[in-house]
Amino acid sequence: MCCRNCNMGPCRIDPFGEGAHTGVCGATAEVIVARNFGRMIAAGAAAHSDHGRDVAHALLLAAEHPESGYSIKNVNKLRKVARILGVAVENRETKEIAIDVAQKALAVFGQQEGEIPFIHLAPEPRQAIWRRLNLVPRGIDREIVELMHRTTMGTDQDHRNIMLQGTRAALSDGWGGSMIATELQDILFGTPSPVRGQVNLGVLSQRDVNIVVHGHEPVLSEMLVLAAREGELVNLAKSKGAQGINLVGICCTANEILLRHGLPVAGNVLQQELAVLTGAVEAMIVDVQCIMPSLPELCKCHHTHLITTSAKGRMPGAIHHPFSEENALQTAREIVREAIENFPNRGRVDIPDEKMDLIAGFSHEAITYMLGGRFRGSYLPLNDNIVNGRIRGVAGVVGCCNPKVVHDQGHVELVKELIANDILVVQTGCSAIACAKAGLMIPESAEQYAGKGLAEVCRTVGMPPVLHSGSCVDNSRILIALSEMVKTGGLGRDISDLPVAGAAPEWMSEKAIAIGQYFVASGVFTVFGVGLPVQGSEVFYRHLSEEHETMLGGMWAVEPDIHRMASLMIDHINKKRKALGIDKGKERVLFDMEMRRELAI
Amino acid sequence: MKQIFCHIEKCLGCKSCELACAVEHSLSKQLVAAMREPVVPKQRIRVELIDEHGTLSRYRTLALQCRHCGNALCVQACISGGIRKDEDSGEVRINPEKCVGCWSCVMVCPFGALVRHEGIHRAMKCDHCPDRETPACVDACPTKALVYLEKDGVRTRDVVL
Repeated sequence: MCCRNCNMGPCRIDPFGEGAHTGVCGATAEVIVARNFGRMIAAGAAAHSDHGRDVAHALLLAAEHPESGYSIKNVNKLRKVARILGVAVENRETKEIAIDVAQKALAVFGQQEGEIPFIHLAPEPRQAIWRRLNLVPRGIDREIVELMHRTTMGTDQDHRNIMLQGTRAALSDGWGGSMIATELQDILFGTPSPVRGQVNLGVLSQRDVNIVVHGHEPVLSEMLVLAAREGELVNLAKSKGAQGINLVGICCTANEILLRHGLPVAGNVLQQELAVLTGAVEAMIVDVQCIMPSLPELCKCHHTHLITTSAKGRMPGAIHHPFSEENALQTAREIVREAIENFPNRGRVDIPDEKMDLIAGFSHEAITYMLGGRFRGSYLPLNDNIVNGRIRGVAGVVGCCNPKVVHDQGHVELVKELIANDILVVQTGCSAIACAKAGLMIPESAEQYAGKGLAEVCRTVGMPPVLHSGSCVDNSRILIALSEMVKTGGLGRDISDLPVAGAAPEWMSEKAIAIGQYFVASGVFTVFGVGLPVQGSEVFYRHLSEEHETMLGGMWAVEPDIHRMASLMIDHINKKRKALGIDKGKERVLFDMEMRRELAI
Repeated sequence: MKQIFCHIEKCLGCKSCELACAVEHSLSKQLVAAMREPVVPKQRIRVELIDEHGTLSRYRTLALQCRHCGNALCVQACISGGIRKDEDSGEVRINPEKCVGCWSCVMVCPFGALVRHEGIHRAMKCDHCPDRETPACVDACPTKALVYLEKDGVRTRDVVL
């Protein structure tokens, strides 16, 4: 427990009770960890939300200036989002609606009073809990600013009160910034639907110009996809002795281009350095978040050009191509050209053979379609199979990679154990890439790893037992899917009634903390691996677990051991099944009129 | 004999050594689990403040633990014969079975290096972490102020104590 929020310290509290019990200012262990935890939430929520803001800006540009290269791919979704944001859609041009949607979305960030609009997608009882506890975000930026204010020296000294604001800021991420990012990205670049792709470092090509995009915002990578397919640039690559252009991704940008274009994924966050070390990468293009400062130094060992594009993230030793939504396509062309020019400088190349197939792109809309088709699309088959016990429950396994754990082991072991217990797994981010590499995201894996019931469902629908639904901002897709499961009926009235659980076995980024908190606040049992920097205070840990469960229906748990983590999740799902009365099969009874009259519905 | 030394210029007083020492001498050897053990683990190293002028205007810090003295006063003072100098290694060791918690050793130690564990009523001190190659405090030191070296090769100009 360490506090450096002011310069009287830094203060450290001795966990063994020998030394200081409080900081210089008198802050106790629980206040110190609550403030630190709150600041992690603020940083994580800020990262996702700022991403959302850029997407909203791109949507505005797409509507106002189609020559920028951006266009509106999914009009249906635009109309849907317009209704949520209160924008009139009847008898209006797409362009007008898009301008209004973008402006409304941008206004949500600076909104000062009232409620952010996407909150209303949550089940009614959930909204009631938030209103009762005064947790509904008034605006996105406001909640983050207030959280930073309250955790500064000498302001909020009650760990419970700090966490109320922490929760409100986290909700402004999950049901605000992240959701805006996901929904508007779907409008701009298309809603993902199942697509075949390949994953792991073996996707780098010996004969092509390899361009790696790394970071988070598809606003950049989508333009690179367009540029890399232009005939002129492909011909230029051929004139330099390459066969073509191979655009691959790393980290969440990889997920975005995989889901929408089926482009290959070179790896997750811990493979960014390895990709450079193959010597086969002509250019690594980065934007924001999860980019390791070690990259410029590593790129010096090879011919690789490291290209930063965002004004928000620059690195000494990298080449900066300022990217703005206005000149997006032009910049993308320049970057691709630079990569091609670099191809003849390639030295020794050492690309590993490993690669794996996967099916990705299970957005909330795609799942609805998959389960019922265009006209009868619904979650009913899923809920039915949960009720009849073929599927025990649903688990979200998400989050980063952490070098404290053997690479990918946490994710893969956990997911294998869950699907063996008939739990359908939904994944995002680097966790999804980890399991894809292990071959869990092909339909055949159902026969090999999944339990009998889940395998049967997977066989019928033709889906893998592990569903890839996007990047880390796309965790908001899981929130919508959960709300949809509640609305479909049969599994309780609130998200906290569902037999579901969440986990981030190898988390490392502050964004993961914000995600964890908004899942907990939405009523989901959430387990984190590796350890959480709050365990120094027993009081605060109890607040996050037991007290959160009474208050919000969801709770935090920490369990570094993967097998124990799996059993915690399975136990929780069983507990919820029991509470719903679907833990054992019921005898079917034909009701006569008398019995129907007695029903208390 | 190898000994733990502290570069006084490098010590920041961050107390990472204290934490690592307590964790190493716990049952689980893991920080979070150690905090919940029935017998609270104790550190045997202490970060001392050297404040020559008594004004805190210019002070230095120093991590200090048992010096394993040649002519150890604690060995002489122990009433139960629980502290012995190991002739082979030169280390001063406490036999917890024999310690009766009279604190005579605590009183005579010129370095204040003996620690009282009130919970189990036993004296404790640095044992150079017998389960490890280098002591936990040395591995934990972020500035490499703590070093584990052969006593003979060390010049006092380089390190203190």
